[in-house]
Amino acid sequence: MLTTSSLTIGYRRRPIASDLDLELRPAEMVCLIGPNGAGKSTLLRTLAGMQEPLSGKVRLGGADLFSIPALELAKQLAVVLTGRVEAGNLSAYALVALGRHPYTDWLGRLTPRDEEAVRRAMQLTDCEALAARPIHELSDGERQKVMIARALAQILPSPSLGEGSGVRDTVLLLDEPTAFLDLPRRVELLQLLKRLSRETNCAVLLSTHDLDLALRIADKLWLLSSSGELHIGLPEELALNGALARVFQSEGVEFDHARGAFKVHQPVCGPISLHGEKDGVATAWTWRALERIGYEVHNNGVRHPVHVDVLDAHHWRLTTPEGQSDHPTIASLLAALRQ
Amino acid sequence: MSSPFPKLGLRAWIVVLLLVILAAAFILSLTLGSVRIPPEQVWRILTGGEPDKASWADVIFKFRLPKAITALLVGAALSAAGLQMQTLFRNPLADPFILGVSSGASLGVALVILGTGAGSASAFIAGLNTFGDLSLALAASLGAGTVLGAVLLVSRRVQNTVTLLILGLMFGYLTNAVVSLLIYFSQPERVQVFSLWASGSFGGVTWNQMRVFAPVAVAGLFIGFVMIKPLNALLLGDDYARSLGLNVRRARFWIILSASILAGVSTAFCGPIWFIGVAVPHVARTLLNTADHRALLPASMLMGASFALVADVIAQSPGSQYVLPLNVVMSLFGVPVILWVILRQRQLRFS
Repeated sequence: MLTTSSLTIGYRRRPIASDLDLELRPAEMVCLIGPNGAGKSTLLRTLAGMQEPLSGKVRLGGADLFSIPALELAKQLAVVLTGRVEAGNLSAYALVALGRHPYTDWLGRLTPRDEEAVRRAMQLTDCEALAARPIHELSDGERQKVMIARALAQILPSPSLGEGSGVRDTVLLLDEPTAFLDLPRRVELLQLLKRLSRETNCAVLLSTHDLDLALRIADKLWLLSSSGELHIGLPEELALNGALARVFQSEGVEFDHARGAFKVHQPVCGPISLHGEKDGVATAWTWRALERIGYEVHNNGVRHPVHVDVLDAHHWRLTTPEGQSDHPTIASLLAALRQ
Repeated sequence: MSSPFPKLGLRAWIVVLLLVILAAAFILSLTLGSVRIPPEQVWRILTGGEPDKASWADVIFKFRLPKAITALLVGAALSAAGLQMQTLFRNPLADPFILGVSSGASLGVALVILGTGAGSASAFIAGLNTFGDLSLALAASLGAGTVLGAVLLVSRRVQNTVTLLILGLMFGYLTNAVVSLLIYFSQPERVQVFSLWASGSFGGVTWNQMRVFAPVAVAGLFIGFVMIKPLNALLLGDDYARSLGLNVRRARFWIILSASILAGVSTAFCGPIWFIGVAVPHVARTLLNTADHRALLPASMLMGASFALVADVIAQSPGSQYVLPLNVVMSLFGVPVILWVILRQRQLRFS
């Protein structure tokens, strides 16, 4: 288990966050979220032992992280960093094999046990099929999987040591692994990481800007605000107690508690009421369309002077103080409202 | 069922092939020159037999054998050092001299040839011929060693590798400026001697000097082999290397030490030999299609040694009395070969 006690991170002239008491448990996937510049990377780097804390302690399995010999630490804690690795014509397999660096002899030769660990890491991350491909030919999504496989190969115990003995705590830290990926790839990657945490009993911490996905997939959220406060809790808890809203409100975005998503649009056109099948698809998308052009939408049954009835997916009725009109498409409805 | 996982490291058949090529180049360089000595005669001389012409034994033992051994070692040394620098600085254009080692050597030699006294040039050159070779090597070694020491000192303090690179470049400009200044104020004859040194030659190393040159070069190569694993970790960048448990600063120190010893000793005894150090690692990468130093380092060394031997044979322009400047030959004949190899693969990738 990775823990911290009254940890202060940052740089000598600029502390970022202080008094952090954190805990990263085995088989748990935690998402670290927060606005840009809040210090997510600094926190990750400190937990990875790549940057000294200003004060406080980081402990891994009870021992002070910064006193664990580098090679021993490498066997327990691996990272996936942002930024593309340019390793020329290295094959994906050779790249993952570099993860065995802490275990191999002076020339870096793989023993059959190392080979097994490398293969297992590639199987667990679904990238066996990429093994022979040079990494410069891989897509961003494939490359990210290979980088995760490399990190995994680094912390997978040698099969001989008795797997899953639970003696060693292993930690995987990832700095924005979903950047540059399209939505399906992002979902796939987060699900993969969650599965890895379960299957290898490893603690996974990743920073991400994908708030929506983090809310849906993470076991726990660490929410770092620009002012250096860290909120910890289940995604739902942080939404309910308003922490999410507070942290991002200062950044000029509003969080909609009920819908668990950010409000992107500022209402400028005044209120409008929407009437239709409560959970209907047509109603939901009409809502979004009205919001998009700047209306403050209500659908609590109270009819406002301006209101829209969703009759079915091809039939909208707009009522204004000036009169009533029927519309066959959302486009035509919006055109009428704009006038 | 074939495994989806490729084999890593250098294949045995490639090693054998490269060794055969190297042996052929070595024999070629003993055979060809101003006089042609048939291979079987060369063999007889090397195994202690009597050749058809007694003078041939002298040619082999006094000139061609030390020259071939020198070419072999320098080719291997500069290729290994170039590979190390390209990986360390993550820059495909890096060469063994990027940290200013050869500039230091040049300055040392320039000070001896151009800067000493105001005596007549002819007397100076006559002096050079008797024991001057050694004094040049000594001056170059001192120059290279001074730069090496400065660079190592800085490398222990500087965290950022790019800073080191820029410091090396700046130091190179500075020493080149001093050398240019010395040339500007020197007599033409002395400038000629200096430019002869600067055009590079494998022929200047006597058996006596070999006793210093060979062990130092071999020691540099040995450190290079020990640093193969750290170099591989550094392929991923400093941060990843650190997270793999590598002490990056210490690894960098030893890699720079190895590369500077190799570049320094080569320059000290043979003058600055360009081209090999930057080109051969690229050829090795392209032909072996890998970035793994377990394959690249030995392959670069073997290819570099063969390349140096062949370049030297061409420079001797067999059958004629002319000896072309080595650096000129390397570029004239080497560039087309290497362009062909690299463009054929349609990609210039570095590790």
